[in-house]
Amino acid sequence: MLEALLVMAGIALVLGAGLGYAAIRFKVQGDPLVDKIDAILPQTQCGQCGFPGCRPYANAIADGDADINQCPPGGDEGVRKLADLLGREYKPLNEEHGVEKPKCVAIIDEQTCIGCTLCIQACPVDAIVGAAKQMHTVVEAECTGCELCIAPCPVDCITMEPIPETVQNWKWKYPTIPISRAA
Amino acid sequence: MLAKLFKFHGGVKPDSRKTASTQRPIAPLPLAPQLVVPLHQSIGGTPRPMVAAGERVLKGQPIGAAEGPVSAAVHAPTSGIVRAIEERTMPHPSGLAAACVVIESDGEDRWIEREPIPWQSMPGDELRDFLRDAGVVGLGGATFPSHIKLRPGDKPTHTLVLNGAECEPFITCDDMLMRERAGEIVRGALIMARMLRVERVLIGIEDNKPEAIAAMREAAREGVEVVAIPTLYPAGGEKQLLRVLTGVEVAAGRRPVEFGLQCFNVGTAYRVARAIDHAEPLISRIVTVAGNVEAPGNFEVAIGTPIDALLAAGKPLPGTDRILMGGPMMGFALPTTTAPVVKGTNCILVGDPTLLPPPPPEMACIRCGTCAQHCPADLQPFELYWYGRAHNFGKAQEYHLFDCIECGCCSYVCPSNIPLVDYFRYTKGEIWAREREKSAADSARERFEARNERQEREKREKAEKLAAKAAATRQKLADKEDAGDAPAAPATSPAEEAKKALIAAALERAKQQKSQVRPRNTDNLSADKLAEIDEIEARRTQPPGATIEPPESK
Repeated sequence: MLEALLVMAGIALVLGAGLGYAAIRFKVQGDPLVDKIDAILPQTQCGQCGFPGCRPYANAIADGDADINQCPPGGDEGVRKLADLLGREYKPLNEEHGVEKPKCVAIIDEQTCIGCTLCIQACPVDAIVGAAKQMHTVVEAECTGCELCIAPCPVDCITMEPIPETVQNWKWKYPTIPISRAA
Repeated sequence: MLAKLFKFHGGVKPDSRKTASTQRPIAPLPLAPQLVVPLHQSIGGTPRPMVAAGERVLKGQPIGAAEGPVSAAVHAPTSGIVRAIEERTMPHPSGLAAACVVIESDGEDRWIEREPIPWQSMPGDELRDFLRDAGVVGLGGATFPSHIKLRPGDKPTHTLVLNGAECEPFITCDDMLMRERAGEIVRGALIMARMLRVERVLIGIEDNKPEAIAAMREAAREGVEVVAIPTLYPAGGEKQLLRVLTGVEVAAGRRPVEFGLQCFNVGTAYRVARAIDHAEPLISRIVTVAGNVEAPGNFEVAIGTPIDALLAAGKPLPGTDRILMGGPMMGFALPTTTAPVVKGTNCILVGDPTLLPPPPPEMACIRCGTCAQHCPADLQPFELYWYGRAHNFGKAQEYHLFDCIECGCCSYVCPSNIPLVDYFRYTKGEIWAREREKSAADSARERFEARNERQEREKREKAEKLAAKAAATRQKLADKEDAGDAPAAPATSPAEEAKKALIAAALERAKQQKSQVRPRNTDNLSADKLAEIDEIEARRTQPPGATIEPPESK
C-alpha cells in the first residue's frame, strides 16, 4: 500500500518537475493569437474600430473586449477571416464604425497647403513629408488611406482619391458568360 | 547524330494552320507616320524617359533607360520628333493606358551613330549592361530581360537551349526567321554560349517545320546541334522543351539555370547577334498576321507601329469579329487595335466565327479528369478550378497553381467547355492582389511601430533631459547652500523641488541675461551724446519725488 503511494507520489513529482521546467524553458512571449489576428487586420491604423491602431484592436479581440466586425477597411473578407480564425459566427460589418470603401490614398493640394505640419503629426505611418512653412506631400506608396490627416488640416487641402487601375495592378475578372437573347 | 528524346506529360495536337503565313518571305512593313513606343515593354521596372516632348530623336536612340535590377531600355524605332510622353492604350487585355513616347516620323529613318563593340574582349558585366541598354528581352512571349539570364550561375551551365519549337497554331514568326536568317541566329547562340561559358548548344524545332530545320542545320557550326522534336503542343514551353531535349524535369518553383540549363527563344538569339555585331537595339521584330485575312504573312515591324497598320497590310476579310494578340491557345482578344506593336507581340490573329468559334456555353464539371491527363505541367486543373471558384486561394496555391503555364490544353480538351485557364488567370490575379495588400500591410505595420517607438523615445529623451537638468540645478543650489550657512531642510517632494529648482535656475539665467544685455544702438555714438545718455539714465534712476532739475542749456 505504502509502496504504491510512494510510487504514485514519485511519478507525480517527476512529471510535475518536468512540466514546471517546460513551462519556463518553452515559455512563449506575448500572445501568439494576437499576432495571428494582427496579421489579418489591414494595418490601416485608422482607428475606426475605436482603438488606437490595429494592434490594440487585435489585443482587444483576443481578450474578448471587442467584436470582430469593427474594421471597415478589412471589409467583409476580413470579418470572415477573423471568424474563421477564432471559430466565431460571421457577422456583417458593424456600420457604427463605418462602411467598406474602395482603397484610397490621400492627395494634398499643394497650391493650398500652408505648411502647418498638422497632417504630418496625424499620419500614423509617416507617409507625409514636409516641414513647417514648407509644402507637404503624401508618399502615395506608403499611404494606407486612413483619412486621419483630413480632420486636422486647417485649410481642407487634403482629399482622398481612389487608387486608379493600371496595367500593372489590373486583374483578370471572374469568368462570366454573356447572356444573349435567344433567336 | 541522333539524340535520344524524352516526353513531357500530356499535351494536345491542335491543327497547326501554319502554311498560309509561310508562303511569302518576311516583308518589311512601311513606317507608320506616328509611332507610339510604350516605356514598359518588359518584365520588371518601368524605364524612365530620357527624352522630352519636342526633342528630335534618331533611329536607335535610347528613349527610356533601364530602371532597377530587372529592366531593359527602350529605343526610338525611327528618326523623328517626340510629340509627347503620355498615357496611351496598351496592347493588353485590360485596354488600359500606360506611359508611351509618341514619335512623329520624319521619313528619313536616319540611324544614330553606332559601331560594333569588341564583345570578345569585354568583361561579362559590361557586355550584359550593353545588352540591357540595347533593350534585348526574351521574344518568346515573357519579355524577360535577357542580360539577367546571361549571367553564369553559381553552378556551371552545361547546355544552352534555343527554342524554335513555336508550337502554337497560326504563329510562324520564328519559323520564317529561322528559314531566312539562320546564320545570325546561330551567331547569337554562339555569343550567348560564350557568355554563359557553355560548350553545348541545342536548338529544338518542331518537326512540322522541315524548311527551318534544314536552314538551321546548314548554318549550324561546331557545338551547335539542331534537333527535330515531335510536334505536340506545348513543346515550346520552356520546361517542356528542356524536358524533351535533355530529359531534365525542372522542378516546381525552380529555374532551369539551377539544373545547368538555360533557354532562349531563337528570336532573342537573333536580336543578340544584331545588337552585338551591328549595335542595333531591339527596335523592330517579326510579327505574324494570320487567320481570316486576305494576305497572311510575316512582317518586320518597328516597335510602336499601330496594330491597325499591320492589319491594313494583312487585309482582314469580312466576317472578322475579333483580333487576338498571340495565338488561339494563349492569346487574348485586343480591346482596341489602335494599340502599338510591342516587343512581346508575336502574332496578330484575325478571328471570325468559323475560324475561332465563340466558346460554347460552359457546363458543369463532370469530374472526368481529361484535363489532368493533358496538363503538361502535371497539375490537376479540375481541383484548381474548384478551389478558384470557391475563392479558396490558399488551397489553389497548395495545388501548385503557379506552376500553371496557361497553355490552354485543359480548356481545349474539356468536354464541358469550361474556360479553365480564365479561372486560373482570375485566381492568380486575386492571389497576387492579396500578396500586394499583404506586403503593403506589413510595411504599414512596420512604419506604424517605428513611429510609435520614435514618439516614445522622444518623450523619454525629453523627460531624461529635464531630469538631468533639474538634478544639475539642484546640485548647483546645494553647492551654493553648502558654501553659505543655512542648510535648508527639503520639506517638499522631489518633483516639486525639481520644478522649483528649474524655475530658480530660469530666473537666475534671465537676470544674468538682463544684466549682460545693453541697448545696442548706443555703441557708435560720440562722447557728448554718451554723456547726455548717462545723464538721462541717472535722472531716470532717481527715486520718485526727487526734484527734477532743468537740463543744462548748451
